[in-house]
Amino acid sequence: MGTLLVLIVFALFLVAIFTGGYNKDLKGLLEKSTVWDWLTTVDHKKIGILYFFSGIFYFVVGGIEALLIRMQLVVPQNDFIVGDTYNELMTMHGTTMIFLAAMPLIFGLMNVVVPLQIGARDVAFPFLNALGFWLFTFGAILVNLGWFFGNAPDAGWTSYVSLALNEYSPGPGIDYYVLGLQITGIGTMISAINFLVTIINMRAPGMSFLRMPLFTWTTFATSALLLFAMPPLAVGLLLLMFDRLFGANFFDYTMGGSSIIWQHLFWIFGHPEVYIVILPAFGIMSEVISTFSKKRLYGYTSMVFASVLISFLGFMVWVHHMFTVGLGPVSNSIFAVATMTIAVPTGIKVFNWLFTMWGGEIRFTTAMLFALGFIPTFVIGGMTGVMVALPPADFQYQDSYFLVAHFHYTLVGGVVMGLFAGAYYWWPKMFGKLLNETLGKIHFWSFLIGFHLTFFPQHFLGLFGMPRRVFTYQPNVGLENLNLISTIGTIGMAIGVLAFAANVVLSFVKKEKVPNDPWNARSLEWTIPSPPPAYNFVQTPLIRGYDAWWIEKQAGNKSMKPAEPIGPIHMPSSTFVPFLMSLSLFIAGLGFIARENFAAGILGLIMFFITMFVRSFDRNHGCHIEPEEFDQANKGVKA
Amino acid sequence: MEVNTEIKSTRNMPNHLETTTLEGRNKVLGFWLFLAAETVLFACLFGTYLALRHQSMGGPESSELYDLSLIAVSTAILLTSSLTSVLAMAKMNQYKLKAMLTWLGITVLLGLSFLVLEIYEFVHYVHLGHTFMNSAFGSSFYALVGTHGAHVTFGIVWITTLMFQAAKQGITRETAPKLFVSSLYWHFIDVVWIFIFTLVYLLGKVG
Repeated sequence: MGTLLVLIVFALFLVAIFTGGYNKDLKGLLEKSTVWDWLTTVDHKKIGILYFFSGIFYFVVGGIEALLIRMQLVVPQNDFIVGDTYNELMTMHGTTMIFLAAMPLIFGLMNVVVPLQIGARDVAFPFLNALGFWLFTFGAILVNLGWFFGNAPDAGWTSYVSLALNEYSPGPGIDYYVLGLQITGIGTMISAINFLVTIINMRAPGMSFLRMPLFTWTTFATSALLLFAMPPLAVGLLLLMFDRLFGANFFDYTMGGSSIIWQHLFWIFGHPEVYIVILPAFGIMSEVISTFSKKRLYGYTSMVFASVLISFLGFMVWVHHMFTVGLGPVSNSIFAVATMTIAVPTGIKVFNWLFTMWGGEIRFTTAMLFALGFIPTFVIGGMTGVMVALPPADFQYQDSYFLVAHFHYTLVGGVVMGLFAGAYYWWPKMFGKLLNETLGKIHFWSFLIGFHLTFFPQHFLGLFGMPRRVFTYQPNVGLENLNLISTIGTIGMAIGVLAFAANVVLSFVKKEKVPNDPWNARSLEWTIPSPPPAYNFVQTPLIRGYDAWWIEKQAGNKSMKPAEPIGPIHMPSSTFVPFLMSLSLFIAGLGFIARENFAAGILGLIMFFITMFVRSFDRNHGCHIEPEEFDQANKGVKA
Repeated sequence: MEVNTEIKSTRNMPNHLETTTLEGRNKVLGFWLFLAAETVLFACLFGTYLALRHQSMGGPESSELYDLSLIAVSTAILLTSSLTSVLAMAKMNQYKLKAMLTWLGITVLLGLSFLVLEIYEFVHYVHLGHTFMNSAFGSSFYALVGTHGAHVTFGIVWITTLMFQAAKQGITRETAPKLFVSSLYWHFIDVVWIFIFTLVYLLGKVG
């Protein structure tokens, strides 16, 4: 009760400050500050940058966790990190990298680039965009709070039951996982709807579906996947929460429950999830390879078709994660065939990239190098993917380091390299500064070599019988050398990431601005200043074909043909409601994790609904920027 | 004053006010997509229920529990509420604020009576020893039907909120899309209930 009183008084103080009832000057000062600006922004470019930097932060966190794991495995019978701590590290490495690093990095690029590529002034729902980001942030914090209070989640990133039930995982660890991911999941869901509506409804005149740049197409496919893949995860997490916090029996065998239900729900989400993260990387590759080969993307329509087909087939294959569960030969065969089918559209993509480069005028910039490194690396990951898709063989590979090698080739060699390519490619558009090419090349080569050194030996470790998720191994069974090589490889990757970090810092120190189109590129985002003004386009452009900007350049035009006269531009106003809504769900999450009684949890939920209610009555429709103000407003995003 | 001018200029107003602005079109499309996601959410809960519905672990079984006459009444109530919600939308498109509010009010009342019946049903089951915690059947039953009930509750609060807004602001380009998507939501809840009626209650009765 006392705590509650303190909280209420504290909240009243905050309300007084924010509404200006306490001190009007303070409120004015607050609203002018940069922090307030970023906390309340609804600008898709700023939200994209927020996503991007959160992604980099968690990528570093997950990377440090990976380094600690490899340090433990450097020699047999090591006692650096053992038992529970190792389980926590391994779980958090996977969870962080998938949910808290890959996803926000992808959302970051999508947010910045997609509206620009389709000639829109913002996304369809700027408010929801901000809400999605803050839900992600608070969910991510909640997942990681386990390190400081209680214990971190330790049942693997897949959090299989019965291991994840109270009986085998006492303590709040799994609760942090369940509630944290639930909150980020709501944010992800919202963002997916937002991108779908943006792409369907907000395209500039002339931008038909088959004139959209491939990154926009893959964003569309990814968002559709998210739309249908997040609810199964939400239900899975909900049921796990019921089992852990409210004494339900979905997964408890002794009470009639079934642990297979969790596996199904998780993988119906989990398999599409890998396509969710890889498809945008495919889109980035297509943009980068086409730009730096100075050629139209080879087989554009088949690329679109392949993206859509991959996202469709992505839902038909989840049981290949469960071959050894014992669902029977019929279902295993069906899912094995479906899985191998995915190699076909993926193959289409790989060949199209190669044919795009064929005869092109290739420039080996850092972005292009990452794209080139991506292709063979990802193909290796794809081939081992077909190997593990065979049920009889999978019984041998399963739960061994072969699997670890396979998915790191697709996720690091595919997604991370793709994201680095995207970062180097779009950095000038995001911040108006180029990243340094020399540092970029150091980044690329040390990362690529380090990556292969780390993960190539793991294929053989797996074939020699080293199980995954186990914190040590025996000496004299032929595992020492390869493990040592693998750990040495991580140094290369670490140097690469450090080079990237240095590059980021240097780019902010640098004064030199870049022109609109530093790469001689092909799509719409390069027709406007870098960084773009808040309203993106002074006049909505008229699109006359695929590679819209390239067509105009070939016709000798210096800019796009406008599709509308110059006039006032409507802008949504900033709002702190998304932050408040996410904060209340965070409080609710913490309240439920604390167990005892659920007072704080319920309080948080009530707060959430009140903010929703207040928002519904909010009649602030934003403001208009008049043509005379364009120059002042043209400052763009401050980096 | 604003309300009056809206009503006077009805003749020049479009038939489907909810999709006259880009914001409105975005809202409607976004909401359809949201419903697609909700469909998957309920599909997962249905799957879980169907997998676990025989695991009553010695507690009462579904064929002993369900009382079809009660369920028939609540089904009739909820389906009727869908009809009144359609009528409300029809009145909205004719710019008849009062008639729309009346139909929405009836929709909310029907929703509330459905909720009361559902709560009565749950309390009754708990007395018979069918609880959330005593078997996997119980857990999955209350998770599925309870999630639906939570949706109904949210719908009632939402539509009531929008009634206040419409009463204050009139039928405008701003309120119309909101009212329209809330009615989409209400129909969706109804469709889910039809599946619950079939797959939970009817199937539960035949074993």
